[in-house]
Amino acid sequence: MVDKGTRNEKNIPVNQEVPDSSRRKFLRNTGMVTGGVVGGAVLGGFLGNPFKTEKAESTTTKPVEAHGSASHTEAMQFFTRKEDFDTLAAATEVIFPEDESGPGAIGLGAPYYIDKQLATPWGRNIDDYRKRPFADGATPLTRGDIMIQGIRKLNEVSQVKHKDKFKQLDEEKQIEVLQAFESGEVEMTLVSSAEFFATLRQLTMEGCFADPVYGGNKNMEGWKMKEFPGAYMSYADVIESEEFVLKEPKSLSDHM
Amino acid sequence: MVKKLPEVEVLTVGAGWAGGIVAAELTKAGHQVLSLERGSERTIEDFLHSHDELKYGQKKELMKPITSDTVTVRNNEKQDSRPLRNIINHPIGTGTGGSGVHWAGQTYRYYPYDFEIKSKTIERYGEEKIPEGMTLQDWGITYNEIEPYYDKFEKMAGISGEDSKFTPERSNPYPTPPMKKTPAMKLFHEAAEKLGYHPYVQPSGNLSQAYENPDGEKINACQYCSFCSEYGCEYGAKSDPIVTVLSTAKKTGNHEVRYNSYVKRILHDGKKATGVLYVDLRTGEEFEQPAKIVVLTAYTLNNVRLLLLSEIGRKYDPVTGTGVIGKNLTDHHNYAGASGLFDDKKFNLYAGSGALGSSVSEFEADNVDHTNLDFIHGGVIALTQTGSPPITRNPVPPGTPSWGREFKKQSLHYFNRSLTVMTQRGVMPWKHNFIDLDSVYKDDFGDPLIRMTWDYSDNDRKIHEFMVEKCSEILKEMGATTVIPGGMAEHWQAFYVGLHLGGGAIMGADSETSAVNSYLQMWDMENLFVCGASAFPHFGTTNPTNTLGALTYRATEGMIEYLKTGGGLLVERENTKQNV
Repeated sequence: MVDKGTRNEKNIPVNQEVPDSSRRKFLRNTGMVTGGVVGGAVLGGFLGNPFKTEKAESTTTKPVEAHGSASHTEAMQFFTRKEDFDTLAAATEVIFPEDESGPGAIGLGAPYYIDKQLATPWGRNIDDYRKRPFADGATPLTRGDIMIQGIRKLNEVSQVKHKDKFKQLDEEKQIEVLQAFESGEVEMTLVSSAEFFATLRQLTMEGCFADPVYGGNKNMEGWKMKEFPGAYMSYADVIESEEFVLKEPKSLSDHM
Repeated sequence: MVKKLPEVEVLTVGAGWAGGIVAAELTKAGHQVLSLERGSERTIEDFLHSHDELKYGQKKELMKPITSDTVTVRNNEKQDSRPLRNIINHPIGTGTGGSGVHWAGQTYRYYPYDFEIKSKTIERYGEEKIPEGMTLQDWGITYNEIEPYYDKFEKMAGISGEDSKFTPERSNPYPTPPMKKTPAMKLFHEAAEKLGYHPYVQPSGNLSQAYENPDGEKINACQYCSFCSEYGCEYGAKSDPIVTVLSTAKKTGNHEVRYNSYVKRILHDGKKATGVLYVDLRTGEEFEQPAKIVVLTAYTLNNVRLLLLSEIGRKYDPVTGTGVIGKNLTDHHNYAGASGLFDDKKFNLYAGSGALGSSVSEFEADNVDHTNLDFIHGGVIALTQTGSPPITRNPVPPGTPSWGREFKKQSLHYFNRSLTVMTQRGVMPWKHNFIDLDSVYKDDFGDPLIRMTWDYSDNDRKIHEFMVEKCSEILKEMGATTVIPGGMAEHWQAFYVGLHLGGGAIMGADSETSAVNSYLQMWDMENLFVCGASAFPHFGTTNPTNTLGALTYRATEGMIEYLKTGGGLLVERENTKQNV
């Protein structure tokens, strides 16, 4: 079984410790502060700057609320219909459900993460090759288009098969509906239901395990369940350790 | 209107490892070098806040957006090609340092057998060992000839490593000692030794200790932070072009990198290159940049594409097997092996580095007698500890669904309790696997994309089967509770084809069957050099960087000689014996 040492601590006091201590320790260990083993040429450009400025220290010692509380950032950027968002949320929870080991996709904020991602240029496939012809099953739709169509189709299929909206179904029926999408059985327009499902699953996993800066993995609970420490600067201290070392996770915000 | 610029001595297309090596060596020799780089400027300061799996691992922040040009793929000539549309399937480095920034750092050498693969195979097993259609050929250089340049690349990069019974002989020890051994690596060593193998800590470009290279560049000691392959190193602890060769070139005052500069054509008069035509990607303005010598140091496929678009060299014809440009395409991206779940062991898998691991070389190249094996070449076996990305890494026992309650339970449980023993196969060239220009898909400028026609061969399948069994045996010996052998798709899917591709402008001693000589100088255009894995006639088992770095170092000697003597081929044509 997974070790549960820190799982239930909802408010990990990462902002209460002296935030610079680990970085100073790291700098000492690598000789970056003393200049010891490494000369200035390579490292001089950033030495002392991002890790040691007054600004960095004052920012990281502020209470977390100063960055904007979760409730202010949890609204719809991409979706326009609340029903679409609620259906999405229900689907993510089936993919990664809450259980005795910890929160599911909804508890981790994955639906808000997905909404935010679809609002970025990535949701509009801005870095992809989009030239025609779209042959051989390639979809001309953007990721945003695919998600909206797929989510509405989830409700359609649920209505036809089970006479109710997706989010109202019991888990067993929800799984059945999602499996139909996963296997590509459901007819969709200009995209396969398998591709929609793969996108939904991938986004859900990202929402559970990406850095919290993107709006999911709330309070790093996803990482805690996996005993993954996040964005540490060095593991020179544990790389040879015979024992498993459980570390309190750190996010990118810890580096500001 | 194309604006004509003043001539430069040496021009490189790209500023990655190959472009950086050319820039460093030629500027140190007093020559002016201009590198045209399509990407933007980067320093290691840009990597300080990069421990972000989503941005770098998933969204490929360090890679070139493929909006304008991607590649198209198909398994054989009868199929229609399809473009790879998602950057996750075609991640090619860009900007300062190119792919040398996000590389993992595995710095193996190829074997003496590799460089003379055709001769040595025939010598030991006879002609009939080489199957019909396998276009195996010697590289036109021997291991002894390339060895000093491996040594040079490794010293420049400070490579950490150790020797073993089967690793190629070295003239000098590794510049730095091997990386630390993790408990998982120790387990691998014990199991491999019990099975009679000679495991060793793999050669790494993430350095075990701080190091100053012969050019005075300083490289830091690796912190095992695990954000390594696909990331830039914020400590300057992974050897990359930014902290080594490009820094060296910059200090001479003879090197200019011109960013946002996309080379569209090599300009030439049929006999010599006169320069290049490039476009400023911000403004769309076109420039003619004359140069005394032009060096292609772009990605494998882009080197070949520029030759094809510029109509240089004899285009390969897969029907007759004649011609050279586009010949012997090899795709090395076929990692397989076996995974093991350990119910009673737990590892600190979140810690690691790009090239941290241990290897077994018994089955590479011709290290094992192939008399009773029905394949050529083989595979390297390795257990690596490169970090454990939580979005993508979800190990589960066979039969577990990929989502839902059981998936969650199992993937959380095994996240720190699973190890992979992987193999990378040698990939042999075939007559029907080649590169040409696509007939349908084009880039923003209306130029055709590169098209890859490639599929697995029986040789690949047999090596796969053989190696997966070896990997599984090691995992069992390591005490894995469950061993999951890796599969192989029936046909090449072209997923993640980026990076490890070889061929298209291959080297050799015979100008009829190769595009460049052993100085990577074009047989058909003496002041044009083509540096990169495009020169590999086949793909060895391991990562290409050390070999392409060594070949490029040797090529720079040829370039310096060429500039000194004022022209001519640096190597005699074998077929015609035409003098320099």
